Amino acid sequence: MSERLDVRRTSKLFIGGAFPRSESGRTLEVRGHDGAFLANAARASRKDVRDAVVAARAAQPRWAGATAYNRGQVLYRVAEMLEGRAAQFTAELAAATGDAEAAAAEVAAAVDRWVWYAGWTDKFAQVAGSVNPVAGPFFNLSAPEPVGVVGIVAPRASALLGLTSVVAPALVAGNAVVVVASEDRPLPAVTLAEVLATSDVPGGVVNVLTGQRDELAPVLAGHLDVDGLDLTGMAGATVEELAALEVLAAEDVTRVRPAPAAEPDWTAEPRGVDRITAWCDVKTVWHPKGT
Amino acid sequence: MSRYAVDLGAPAWEYAPAPEARELARLGTVPQGRLFIGGAWVEPADGATMPTHSPATEEHLADVAVAGPADVDRAVAAARDAFPAWSALPGRERGKYLFRLARLLQERAREFAVLETVDNGKPIRETRDFDVPTAAAHLFHHAGWADKLDWAGLGPAPRPLGVAGQVIPWNFPLLMLAWKVAPALATGNTVVLKPAETTPLTALRFAELCEQADLPPGVLNIVTGAGATGAALVRHPGVDKVAFTGSTAVGKDIQRALAGTGRRLTLELGGKAANIVFADAPLDQAIEGIVDGIFFNQGHVCCAGSRLLVEESVHDAVVARLQHRMATLRLGDPLDKNTDVGAVNSAAQLARITELAAAGEAEGAERWDTGCTLPDRGHWFRPTVFTGVAQSSRIAQEEIFGPVLSVLTFRTPEEAVAKANNTPYGLSAGIWTEKGSRILWLADRLRAGVVWANTFNRFDPTSPFGGVKESGFGREGGRQGLAAYLVPAGEGGA
Amino acid sequence: MGSTLALPGVDVDPRDAARSTAALRRLLDALPGVDAWGVEKRAATLATRSIKRESKAAAIDLAIRTMDLTTLEGADTPRRVRSLCARAVRPDPADPRVPSVAAVCVYPDLVATAVEAVVGTDVLVASVATAFPSGRASLAVKLADTSEAVAAGADEIDMVIDRGAFLAGDVAKVFDEIVAVKEACGDAHLKVILETGELATYDHVRRASWLALVAGADTIKTSTGKTATNATLPVAVVMLEAVRDFAALTGEARGVKVAGGVRTTKEAVRYLVVVNEIAGPAWLTPDRFRIGASSLLTDLLLQRQKLTTGVYGSADRVPID
Repeated sequence: MSERLDVRRTSKLFIGGAFPRSESGRTLEVRGHDGAFLANAARASRKDVRDAVVAARAAQPRWAGATAYNRGQVLYRVAEMLEGRAAQFTAELAAATGDAEAAAAEVAAAVDRWVWYAGWTDKFAQVAGSVNPVAGPFFNLSAPEPVGVVGIVAPRASALLGLTSVVAPALVAGNAVVVVASEDRPLPAVTLAEVLATSDVPGGVVNVLTGQRDELAPVLAGHLDVDGLDLTGMAGATVEELAALEVLAAEDVTRVRPAPAAEPDWTAEPRGVDRITAWCDVKTVWHPKGT
Repeated sequence: MSRYAVDLGAPAWEYAPAPEARELARLGTVPQGRLFIGGAWVEPADGATMPTHSPATEEHLADVAVAGPADVDRAVAAARDAFPAWSALPGRERGKYLFRLARLLQERAREFAVLETVDNGKPIRETRDFDVPTAAAHLFHHAGWADKLDWAGLGPAPRPLGVAGQVIPWNFPLLMLAWKVAPALATGNTVVLKPAETTPLTALRFAELCEQADLPPGVLNIVTGAGATGAALVRHPGVDKVAFTGSTAVGKDIQRALAGTGRRLTLELGGKAANIVFADAPLDQAIEGIVDGIFFNQGHVCCAGSRLLVEESVHDAVVARLQHRMATLRLGDPLDKNTDVGAVNSAAQLARITELAAAGEAEGAERWDTGCTLPDRGHWFRPTVFTGVAQSSRIAQEEIFGPVLSVLTFRTPEEAVAKANNTPYGLSAGIWTEKGSRILWLADRLRAGVVWANTFNRFDPTSPFGGVKESGFGREGGRQGLAAYLVPAGEGGA
Repeated sequence: MGSTLALPGVDVDPRDAARSTAALRRLLDALPGVDAWGVEKRAATLATRSIKRESKAAAIDLAIRTMDLTTLEGADTPRRVRSLCARAVRPDPADPRVPSVAAVCVYPDLVATAVEAVVGTDVLVASVATAFPSGRASLAVKLADTSEAVAAGADEIDMVIDRGAFLAGDVAKVFDEIVAVKEACGDAHLKVILETGELATYDHVRRASWLALVAGADTIKTSTGKTATNATLPVAVVMLEAVRDFAALTGEARGVKVAGGVRTTKEAVRYLVVVNEIAGPAWLTPDRFRIGASSLLTDLLLQRQKLTTGVYGSADRVPID
């Protein structure tokens, strides 16, 4: 009896809720830890970055305008969908790393991390905001607001948990995201995009690009419609490379989370809300009190 | 028609000059040609000095030192040397130094107010009633934080960053010093501060307060100079954190200069705030808010309400009332207690204001000013309002940083928000309407760090202030402001 | 300068609101709100004006010239009123350059005494009327009260509005009473006391001011001096804004009187500054501005003596009435 030939997935970009190929028509061969061919991932171009930023900008106000409760439910839905596809993620991670046990643990941790951040949507403003006792008869309230569009260079090694750990917190406050997936291990990001597409996340709120980091990161950094830039995935890059990206970001005073010296241990529980507040600006509102 | 035989009619009741005593500034005792480094008054390595003038009279006030790279090195080294002991000091003790500084400033408030007015050109009413008391309030507020940093929102026992390099502008010289120095010192950092080129005197005098307070040497160092001094300071590798208030162009330069260094940065930059007036506004107070918004401190305010967005149906009424009110503004000698509008800070700033106002006229906007008499000497600009301004006009887009208001109109709340947000800046915004739900709707949508509703240009040490977009990042004031000078225990930092 | 201070939503001629209760309500509803903190801030800033030397001397004489020297005590007697009038005519017997006050203000039954005492001088006689200070009497009683004062020779009538009716929303009743009293005044000038302390909010003060102006008040007055809250600087700002705007829309200049609690030269000068900068210098005359006070004159004279002689005076050297 002959074995059934499996139907393979075409690996695509995720822009504005749709799954286009790169407008450039280019692909990037993805191989597993053992050198076996896994897929031809789309190799995004600068125009794909542009399209993704346009989609993110368009989607952001509605996402930010949704109630915190609603955003929480949507992010929790991502966790539900991810859990349902745990086997697929585990297989993809294992193919990339060769460690099936670690892969399963990473998927579980990623699910839990989505749940953790989902719960923050309607709480972090109470932690990061304040009622200010000013010296006068004023109502004076400070609350964090999303910066807008956040460009993220995702961690290179941790293709799902690391990716989740940088994308989910940016979404909590109502930012839209353009994320450049791990160049070496892009497939979990592509699968996560499919999860997002079926999780009530509005199209354009998360845009996933696969391709060459060093080609895409400068485009993202220099884009004037990108308000925040997360360089976590640039860990290990030279000072010159990082400086070049930050110089591009400075052109429009983009908020930058600089690259760490080495990729963080993502299995550690997040200790605070700094990855949420990194992509927020505090807004203070004054109003006099009187009759 | 009077019912009195002797009709006083409308007597010419002019306010007699009521000048504050200039000698209170004690200009003769300003430390000239010296920098305050390591608790001592030292000459710059190359002995360079620069003059500072009164903007109101153009008279020479003092020659202050210009710190070169070697002097900046020395100041950073002094701050570095002071850091271990200062940061290790119990917060309670650090706080007591700041309480002392707050009290010393209150005690010498009148002297500081006069000195600031003489050096800056702003009215004594503002330095006396706003700049100096608010500076003291910032010191007092942050003093109390020094032993309560566990509640700053960064987890238990957060740590200071190290040496903070701070560069401040000329529009609120002493107040900006307090905004920068108070949180930095309260959190256990040490500081090298560079005051603005044209307004160095109150910072030098503040150094005297540090001496009177017995602040340990090197905890606060003050290096005067121009742009090159500031550039050397923010680029100095021994500086762990840079805080800058000033123009967006310079802010971008600093961000570029720090790229890749991992050094912490907060920026408080320019603005082009919309002040939005609806037909149902509390009209007379809105007029006051418009006046306060753009003519406070001669419009040298980053968060000035420089774009007036008026609901079209009340445009004429608002403009007529505004002009009526502007005609009562008293421009002149900044030391006169009845002066509302003082001198423009420098010839260069006056040139920029003049150039942009001319551009507004050239672009077809209608120019109106109070026509008041200007003093013969000094730098002056009449309170000016432009009507018929197009959104695309330079005077609607560029920060003028002077007493020039551009009036635009809107028809719906959506249009007001769209026009207000149509700028790369995002520091502040104003809303004038008696409808509460509309205020909150707008406050959500305005892209600005501070939203003043039915008020404008209010500041408080407990209230976080700062911008979005190209108006900068980071906050000053309140718990949120402390985050700029702290890291959670166990994370990087000094 | 803007030629007219139009008010959004207000008819070209606000006096048209006198035609019907509906029109009156429309006018009052169209008036812009007053933000309490904003008006208090404005007043506080104006209070920092520093009035020195010759401008202070001018202000002191102006304060005297615009004063309604008042005695409204149950214990008032003809003798006391005559004494008050003598002081009103010539506040400082030692210095004839000190001007007379604008008017003396007394209860109706003492009007005749006052008229007799000031005859041939520039000092007017004002009388409170309409069941002052509470105003809790029938219209007939109020009109009789007014007519009696006018018949006795009062030049000016200080009436009180029915605050209860105003707060209950019965603006027509308040309006009609003012109209009726105005008619009873004949040629006498009518000052309408809003009793702003009882109106409680600046919005009420603004609406009551306009109501009174449309009803024909020659002057709107803050308070009776008989309640806990007298004139305040922010209330004066709101009332002066109303008079200023009314004049801009109609061409008719009406007056403002602040009353109660103004005891020092410093306070009086602050009111003059507010008049000068809110309504304008054209209001710095007794035809358009009054300060109702009883003890203020003593401090004004003391301050005046200080300016003239350079020596701080003693209250013992100033006649008390």
